[in-house]
Amino acid sequence: MSEQAIRLEGLQKAFGKNRVLRGIDMQIPRGKVTVLMGANGAGKSTLVKVLCGVHRADGGKVMLGDTLFAPETPSEALRSGVVTVHQNINDGVVPDLDVTSNLLLDTLASGGSTFLNRAQMRAKAHEIAANVGLEIDVTLPVAGLSLADRQLVAIARAMAHDPQVLILDEPTSSLSAAETKRLFEMVERLRDQGVAILYISHRMSDIRRLADRILSMRDGQIVQQFEDKPLDYEGAVRAMLGHEITEVDIRIPTPGKPVLELRDLVLQEGAAPFSIEARENEVIAVAGLVGSGKSALASVLFGLTQAKSGEIMLDGQPHRPRSAADAIAAGVYMCPKDRLVNAVVKDFDITRNITLPFTKRHARGGGFLSFRSERAKAKHMIAEMGVVCQGAGDGILTLSGGNQQKVMVARWMAEASRVLILDEPFQGVDIQARRDIGHKIRETAHTRTTIVFVAELDEAIEVADRIMVMSEHSIVGDHRNENIDVAAIMAEVVHAADARSAAGF
Amino acid sequence: MQKSATLLDFAIKYGFLALMAGLVIFFSVTAEGFMSPFSAVFILQSVAITGILALGVTSTLVVDGFDLSIGAVATSALMLSAYVMVVWELSAFWAVALSLTMGAMVGAVNGVLVVKFKVPDLLATLGMMFLLLGAQRIPTEGRSVSTGMALPDGTIANGTFSESFLMLGRYRIADLVPLSVVFLIAAAVLIWVFLELTRHGRLMYAIGSNAQAASLAGTNVNRYKILAYMISGTMAALGGVLLAARLGRGDVASGNNLLLDAVAAALIGFAVLGAGKPNAFGTAIGALFVGILLQGLTMLNAPYYTQDFIKGAVLVVALVFTFALSGRTGRGKA
Repeated sequence: MSEQAIRLEGLQKAFGKNRVLRGIDMQIPRGKVTVLMGANGAGKSTLVKVLCGVHRADGGKVMLGDTLFAPETPSEALRSGVVTVHQNINDGVVPDLDVTSNLLLDTLASGGSTFLNRAQMRAKAHEIAANVGLEIDVTLPVAGLSLADRQLVAIARAMAHDPQVLILDEPTSSLSAAETKRLFEMVERLRDQGVAILYISHRMSDIRRLADRILSMRDGQIVQQFEDKPLDYEGAVRAMLGHEITEVDIRIPTPGKPVLELRDLVLQEGAAPFSIEARENEVIAVAGLVGSGKSALASVLFGLTQAKSGEIMLDGQPHRPRSAADAIAAGVYMCPKDRLVNAVVKDFDITRNITLPFTKRHARGGGFLSFRSERAKAKHMIAEMGVVCQGAGDGILTLSGGNQQKVMVARWMAEASRVLILDEPFQGVDIQARRDIGHKIRETAHTRTTIVFVAELDEAIEVADRIMVMSEHSIVGDHRNENIDVAAIMAEVVHAADARSAAGF
Repeated sequence: MQKSATLLDFAIKYGFLALMAGLVIFFSVTAEGFMSPFSAVFILQSVAITGILALGVTSTLVVDGFDLSIGAVATSALMLSAYVMVVWELSAFWAVALSLTMGAMVGAVNGVLVVKFKVPDLLATLGMMFLLLGAQRIPTEGRSVSTGMALPDGTIANGTFSESFLMLGRYRIADLVPLSVVFLIAAAVLIWVFLELTRHGRLMYAIGSNAQAASLAGTNVNRYKILAYMISGTMAALGGVLLAARLGRGDVASGNNLLLDAVAAALIGFAVLGAGKPNAFGTAIGALFVGILLQGLTMLNAPYYTQDFIKGAVLVVALVFTFALSGRTGRGKA
């Protein structure tokens, strides 16, 4: 038995033109917790899906012990001893069944006698639960359990397979502090039993507590490994976010009058209040890890949720939108993240996708649309944004991700705004589209104030005049984008996250 | 490769219309008298009421909803209009106005159940269907409404169906085109114009394709969904009124097939012109297609009991057209 439970060599996976995994080389040793860090879109989820048999790799190989491992289905991966607990807890359990049935689900699914012996099943279920230190009444329905208990049931069920490798994909994202502690104890027990553990997380407190080694992943590759104690956590974050500054010549213009003022805004119970001022002709990038409150701030500005307390002023008037329609009417536009979920209307062509929020401006009396006016606007925006397509009538899904995103940005640039919010506008777009979009954001910025929410620091450096750091649902840093001290910003991103763990979250 | 791809495109786009043309040619050759104005009018008349209901259900399909209550709304409108004239002895105007209002109200309740109470559309409208089927029987203790009937309190209903009301179902322009056909064509044009040419229709399609995106673009999704159900309810009530006018009495058992026929027409409409989505033109063509097929087969002496089987077969073929052949990211595939 080799010391490495699983070895990946040059693993590749592409979806169409989008190369998600670009040659992953990594090992996961037995009896250790290997933490995998990576920003959104780095390819972590794809990697997990290849390992648990959902996707098949295009190139490279995976060795499980001494044998080649290429599962075609999730159940094959499970039988081979690679067990995955997914982010979405309910993927791992059947809520309507009781704990016993859940724990024995794989046995039930793989055959056996038709009739069930209740007592025997309960005894077996007890045994499985006890193996992971789960003390629970196995006759309860899973739907009645807490999230943490459900997760432990999913893990217990997985562990019944005697796994060699356990993959935990952001397991603490919905757990309380006490529940997290229980999970950690179990992970440590399994590690001591010699299981190889791959732990995927953004949370610095989790990582500090558990990591024996850290792999930093970026753009489909493992960019750095950290094994020497004490582990260089900051270095790992830096490697994951990428710090080489792309050659962009940002000339910071003189900002105009204040457009948006936030005063003592509190986004969440217990979060520190913050105040910022965003001026005309200014592009502000807000950087922060996942869960730092960027989306919460965007939602408040766009009227999707309300702040706990504090005031928002727009051009000197109070701004309290109750809906997206309110915000749009006030001149506050938002290009949301996750375009396929939140923005793209799949049945529509480019033109209709662009004019969606502003059909009124293309309509005559009685709401009749002027197709000519729509088409002219779409053609103009396609040229402005440099969307690569055959024509304005192309279906939106015929475009590449980058071009789809250009259309989504074009949707909100088609009409003049006071505040333009772009939530993760560079998500899932290629480098060229990213440059084009960033360039266009800056070029048109003089008539409004622009706030760009980004996960990666180099995106912020590419696009912004000012870079703010968000953490714990509050703004913790504000930097002019000149001779930027990447290490200082990183420290804010990471250390603020530490403050949370110190506070017991 | 290129050529076969365009051939497939052509088949997807015009296949269904070509099939319909072929059917017409086939029947005109084999069935004597098929190619006559009377036959054409008969076909139109036979599909007028289901067509109107189908146009209503199309508007709910556009917002990714569904309305199973249309058949029950139609029969309720039928009973209500009869009751208004026969028992309350009011005029035709009131019969029509109250029925259409009832349809719109039922649609509004359906819409509120779906958007505010988050009841899945199929279940909400199924519940409404049962509720209406039961409710329409209560005032008459389960009997049909006709002049001279005995009411639960022992009195005799003396009202009659007014002449002007019966005209809605029986009058023929130039002794040929029934008014109900005019209503069908007018409804089809209205719904088509609304869905295709106005911004409201555009936003409804956006809601059907990606409600979240429509909402984040500032669309009041709930309001448009309720509107769609109200259109559906009103159309169904109109169908019921026309049926009452044709029958001349409030028959509890009529209109059993309305729901399934209307839904079939709307779904067949997905395949017309390769739309792959609900659309008013397709729905009208879908209703017509079924009408032509049944009329032709009847003239060829096919027994009446094969009708449902044939409708079902057409529907299955149309659905294959929509979802398998086109391979586009239509509603059903997403």
